[in-house]
Amino acid sequence: MPIAKSFRAIGHRSVNAVWRIGLATRFFLLTLRYSGNGFRRFHLIIKELFSTGVMSLIIIVVAGLFVGMVLGLQGYETLKRYGSESALGVMVALGLVRELGPVVAALLFASRAGSAMTAEIGLMKATEQISAMEMMAVNPIARIVAPRFWAGVISMPLLAALFSAVGVFGGYFVGVVQIGVDEGSFWSQMQAAVDFREDILNGVIKSFVFGTAVTVIALFEGYDAPPTAEGVSGATTRTVVTSSLAILMLDFVLTAMMFGGK
Amino acid sequence: MERTTLDLWVGIFVVAGIAALVMLAMKVGNLSTYNVSETYQVHAYFTNIGGLKPKASIKSAGVLVGRVTGITLDTQRYEAKVTMSLDKRYQFPKDTFANILTSGLLGEQYIGLMPGGDEEMLKDGEQLKKTQSAVVLEDLIGKFLYNKAAEPAK
Repeated sequence: MPIAKSFRAIGHRSVNAVWRIGLATRFFLLTLRYSGNGFRRFHLIIKELFSTGVMSLIIIVVAGLFVGMVLGLQGYETLKRYGSESALGVMVALGLVRELGPVVAALLFASRAGSAMTAEIGLMKATEQISAMEMMAVNPIARIVAPRFWAGVISMPLLAALFSAVGVFGGYFVGVVQIGVDEGSFWSQMQAAVDFREDILNGVIKSFVFGTAVTVIALFEGYDAPPTAEGVSGATTRTVVTSSLAILMLDFVLTAMMFGGK
Repeated sequence: MERTTLDLWVGIFVVAGIAALVMLAMKVGNLSTYNVSETYQVHAYFTNIGGLKPKASIKSAGVLVGRVTGITLDTQRYEAKVTMSLDKRYQFPKDTFANILTSGLLGEQYIGLMPGGDEEMLKDGEQLKKTQSAVVLEDLIGKFLYNKAAEPAK
């Protein structure tokens, strides 16, 4: 009976998915619990900050610059129709600070740093380094997972802020320097419209949440990967797919909470 | 503790991130424009404020002199009470006229102050007596249609 078989497969997949969510939650709580040790050995976090934060700098800065330039160009084309090119600064800044900065930076972070984290931990598992640590009574969550988690959580808001800041200059370059929108109104309207608490702090909160989600997903997928070459490659793919979807869904929820219904 | 080049890079990263946040707060956001100078509070009643919002600018002769700090409905008079904080450097006569104006055709609304000729100046907590409400487009169109209908057919 192929129909019964496919139903059974759907049920099996659903139960498996719920199981994994429970496992991931327990993993997250364990990470938080053993974080104390990670903070005592701060050099571990510094090392991970280098490989997640510093190594993502170039992609974030370049992407931010071009996203800002595109926003400047597209915004100008649209605003010109209503004769309000002077509001270009508002559009570029609000678009970046509220949405594009946190979201695009998090997507780039997931594919640049998240996939690397998963592959690294998955390979450690495949080569039985994690089992070896457990044999030596070293807690692998405290030694490997927690520093990476905190490095991701710390670096994500900084990367998103950099993305937005560089993007604003990209928009400035295209809008003011190239097209010739009035510089004074570009900055002054931007400052009048962007609120520190409402827009910038909410953007920082967003990127903090995204950073937590991406690193937890990446670390869990790595830790849970089947210890084979195929398993690690599958886990890496799943990290990018799951964390990208999680970012976009969380973004909707957070945006509805922060800016919606007013 | 040993210094490594890794620490330097992480330091550069953290400093760049924080600098970006500060730049966003100061240059993009309006954190730097808060409370730069001393202010005094005045209020005014309007029958209709249209689309005026808190933090809208208050201008006199086109110069920014303050910001709207609060908008509430006074249930005694059923009029909008708009409180504004004005820069201490700019003093206005008691009979100053407050208009709600619009910048550009679709721009945001602001309050324009037209100084009167009174000898005495406005003090903290006082009221601007002469006001003119916002022009509401629907009312304007309604009046126009009403006048058109009232005209004798030619």
